[in-house]
Amino acid sequence: MAELLRRNGGMLADGLVDHLVLTGIAVGVGFALSLVLVLLIVRSRRLAGPIIAVAGTLYTIPSLALFAFLVPVTGLSLVSAEIGLVSYTLLILVRNILAGLDGVSPDVVEAADGMGHTRFQRLVRVELPLALPLIVAGLRIATVTTIGLVMVTAVIGQGGLGQVMLRGFSLRNWALVYASLVVMVGLAIAADLLLVLAGRLLTPWTRRRAA
Amino acid sequence: MTHATARAATVEFDQVTKSYDARAAKAGTPGAVNDLSLAVPAGKICVLVGPSGCGKTTSLKMVNRLIEPTSGRIVLDGVDAATRDLTELRRGIGYVIQQTGLFPHQTIEDNVATVPRLLGWPKARQRERAEELLAVVGLEPAQYARRYPAQLSGGERQRVGVARALAADPPVMLMDEPFGAVDPIVREHLQNEFLRIQEQLAKTILFVTHDIDEAIKMGDLVAVMQDGGRLAQYGPPAEILAAPASDFVARFVGADRGLKRLSLTRVADIALSPAVTARVGTDAADARRRTLVDPFPYLLLLDADDRPLGWIDQDHIPGEGLLEARHVDSRSPLLDRRTTLKDALSMLLDDLVQAGVVVDRRGALLGLLTIEQVMAFMRDTAVEGAERSIEQGTGAHR
Repeated sequence: MAELLRRNGGMLADGLVDHLVLTGIAVGVGFALSLVLVLLIVRSRRLAGPIIAVAGTLYTIPSLALFAFLVPVTGLSLVSAEIGLVSYTLLILVRNILAGLDGVSPDVVEAADGMGHTRFQRLVRVELPLALPLIVAGLRIATVTTIGLVMVTAVIGQGGLGQVMLRGFSLRNWALVYASLVVMVGLAIAADLLLVLAGRLLTPWTRRRAA
Repeated sequence: MTHATARAATVEFDQVTKSYDARAAKAGTPGAVNDLSLAVPAGKICVLVGPSGCGKTTSLKMVNRLIEPTSGRIVLDGVDAATRDLTELRRGIGYVIQQTGLFPHQTIEDNVATVPRLLGWPKARQRERAEELLAVVGLEPAQYARRYPAQLSGGERQRVGVARALAADPPVMLMDEPFGAVDPIVREHLQNEFLRIQEQLAKTILFVTHDIDEAIKMGDLVAVMQDGGRLAQYGPPAEILAAPASDFVARFVGADRGLKRLSLTRVADIALSPAVTARVGTDAADARRRTLVDPFPYLLLLDADDRPLGWIDQDHIPGEGLLEARHVDSRSPLLDRRTTLKDALSMLLDDLVQAGVVVDRRGALLGLLTIEQVMAFMRDTAVEGAERSIEQGTGAHR
């Protein structure tokens, strides 16, 4: 174990950093894009069906196939990897944000309207904060899924820890393969815990039930 | 209040109709409103009451345009609501709905400061106003300001709802079953407290309830609505109880409307009858003579300050000497001018006496209230009310 770390520690650390960056960009951009899509749906409910259908279709494309399809267009690049990774987050995030908004009590929405919130004020001050628990739940699924998918982007020269794993395969260094897997799983668990914690800090009203 | 209270506004419904489905616009669509015209004077509480589906909530929501009328106008202080900017209109109208209307993710303080925040008041003034209003509705700011709605009882949440509606000092308030989600004891308490607050604020209030007792208690004016969104009767509660305009109203106010009227009338509203009285230490023979010629066979003994001590049966009054407190045979319940006739009658029945003794604030005798007087009063006002409603006839209740 010590031997493994001494010889491959640097490679594992580099892989971890790359993995984090790939995941962070994917979830960040995916979340921003999802918010924009949800805003469109809020403006015109008829867009909900088509937007979710497209996100769902993207979600069903096998990742290997998608990356293979992208390489002739955007090359063996970060952009190719991110296009794929972001696509996969959309369905989860859009659906969860919408479910969160739909879960806001009609009485609360009516009170907000009755007191003179504009549509945008109602969304930002009332509906989105109340949707936070479900939004955070969506972010957790999207993040953990993305951390797994990043491994696959190794086939187009990205991949963070996936690169390390491929190296392990080609050297028949099984210890390295396992090490990359362990680090990846550790990353997924840590990211999930962090999001749970952030969610709790952002929604203090859900914890203080008893007076 | 740290700033001047905005004056109240008049609210007028002018032939307002709301129909939901053009094809099925027949009478009876739940929530529809049919040609509603009524005027609420500034500073009064108007209660819209009726069975579910009678359109009372729809009528309320047309005032702040959560629902737009199909035809007709709603005029606030002379200005057609439809012509005003929607958010500006709503920020100028207090709105209270059942407890769930509080924002669960905001502290009590932030909930109360909702409209001031929308109006862009400075932070410090928002907080100051929220604390002031929490105190007005009887919630200690230091204890409640930082809590979340889920940490409060139902009654406390209702109070916060009222405080929130008052925050920007709107001239008009809409209250949709504001005390509907609490138990009867808490409700009664909240009603009394709200009436006390209203005495000082004198807002123009539209208040929706399905509870006729609440309507009678809270309303300066009561609008009884019936299925199909029609106005069945509009007037002060006493008039509606004394002279229901239709069978529907009579049934809706209930078979016990006589008793309900009793609870609306106070001892002060009735002319009291005199009693034969004598002070302690005065001549018994004279008192006996005066009592014997009076149809009421009892003498009321008073102390030196005219405070009633009790009754002496005419046969028990000594023939000579001076009257003393020990001569008293029996006592009557003491009533004051604020006692309702319902409570007064109940006390008379409990004590099996024919006359209640009415005293002023110092305890000095004002006069007697007898069961016969109560009955005569009820009879007279019922006849008066009936005559009035016949006179107004089709004109008022069309």
